[in-house]
Amino acid sequence: MNIEEKIRENLKEKIIDGYRYSQRRYYFSVKSSDIVEVARFLFNELNLRFSTATAVDTPKGIEILYHFSFDKTGEIFSIKVLIEDKKNPQIDSLTSVFPAVEWIEREIWELFGVSFLGHPNLKHLLLHEDWPKDKHPLRKHND
Amino acid sequence: MSHKVIIPIGPYHPLQEEPEFFRLYIEGERVIDIDIVIGYNHRGIEELSEHKHFDQVAYLVERICGICSTSHPFAYVNAIEDLAHIQVPERALYIRTIIAEMERIHSHLLWLGLAGHFIGYNTVWMWAWRYREPILDCFEMITGNRNHYAMMKPGGVRRDILEEHISPLKKTLDELNKATDMFYGAVVDDPVIKARLKGIGILTKEQARNWCVVGPTARASGIDIDVRRDDPYGAYDRVDFNVIVEKEGDIFAKTLVRIKELYESIRIIRQCLDKMPKGEIETKIKEIPAGEGIGRVEAPRGECFHYVRSDGTNRPIRHKIRAPSYMNVASNKIAAVGGTISDAAITLAAVDPCYCCTERCSVIRKKDNQKLLTGWDLIKLSQEKTEKLKKEMGL
Repeated sequence: MNIEEKIRENLKEKIIDGYRYSQRRYYFSVKSSDIVEVARFLFNELNLRFSTATAVDTPKGIEILYHFSFDKTGEIFSIKVLIEDKKNPQIDSLTSVFPAVEWIEREIWELFGVSFLGHPNLKHLLLHEDWPKDKHPLRKHND
Repeated sequence: MSHKVIIPIGPYHPLQEEPEFFRLYIEGERVIDIDIVIGYNHRGIEELSEHKHFDQVAYLVERICGICSTSHPFAYVNAIEDLAHIQVPERALYIRTIIAEMERIHSHLLWLGLAGHFIGYNTVWMWAWRYREPILDCFEMITGNRNHYAMMKPGGVRRDILEEHISPLKKTLDELNKATDMFYGAVVDDPVIKARLKGIGILTKEQARNWCVVGPTARASGIDIDVRRDDPYGAYDRVDFNVIVEKEGDIFAKTLVRIKELYESIRIIRQCLDKMPKGEIETKIKEIPAGEGIGRVEAPRGECFHYVRSDGTNRPIRHKIRAPSYMNVASNKIAAVGGTISDAAITLAAVDPCYCCTERCSVIRKKDNQKLLTGWDLIKLSQEKTEKLKKEMGL
């Protein structure tokens, strides 16, 4: 069973949508409340490597893509979550699963204003500590 | 009686070519904790990229870094080609690969020199940089630039490698192969380098996996990953090369990985030069459809990751960039803690944190008789300037 089948099989109740975009690129949508469990399965059970996370400000809410890489086949599995509450966006931190996510969560927190619940050290990474609390540079400015 | 002392390194420090701030907590000679503060180099490139059209972004991301300046545009064009399902002409794939491997050579030599400098072994520094120079000359010959080569564009490359470039490049590679033998011998046999680097700054395999480090930092800790082999792009699936993996995880292993990779890069370039077919160097792209794409490149420091989302206009709606040092620098927290303060500088430098700035000495000529200025002339000029400034300021 390849990784795509394992993900579909083991996470079938959690996957809202999933598709293969190109030869080695897969995208799966899950609920934001399920992210810790999904990440734990991918990192611990399937031994995927966490590459990085991308946040995108969309009209529907803030989308976060967690990119996991399976280096034996060169495939990337991007797990998408949508946080609909743009006023006070929050999601569980993945720092309890792997420490490598610490910096990128700090970055998304300061650039998009997403709070990561359970993050041990949620402070500025790239911006100065005096940066205004309500200004998030990568939010789109049309809403 | 021991007590805790804080030693700051940075943000501006003679040993660091870039602003970063390390706060070392010391007990006696031991580092017991470390704070890493970054952000001094933040230029908002991701935001800027959303305001440029797809062709311009390649120029922008090239300027993220002066050392791995082709890795970012390479990863970006891979992302665009993934997004829009574009086929790139065969010759362009080979040219991209040659440029990327030349970059790895100059970057690894740069690191080797700096590593020598950090441990106070300046001979290594001078020799490594002496052999880096001819590679930069080759870059100038092929691309017109020693850094920021501007070769990558979505759909292909901007310049061809001409017939007359091939033999000087091959000659440089032959000389470099001999030099690499020398470096290999100097590192493996030298008792001073061994004493300073063996067993220092260890990152175990388990730690490397938890911190998701990439590139030589991961390969020196026994993690067998390399984007060139795992997720082939460019012409890497058409050439033969080895992925260098060492098990120890110390700085000596990281050095060995990089030196051995020099041989592999030389091999890859030679194969590309021989196999490169004739033909077109770019596919014309009319428009970029809505969609998303991920491009990866094995930069000299590890996996460079670009994610681009398009909504069908001529600009990306989101462009996420993750450089390899982002993962590697964070792991310094593990590697430096427990070591001594005297090893901290080399440990922090062992992941090869990316140095954004490159300097180059220009040849200065007198206008009248085309004569080079001597060192003494330059000193005189500088003294005259100081005198002038003093007068102006009334000192």
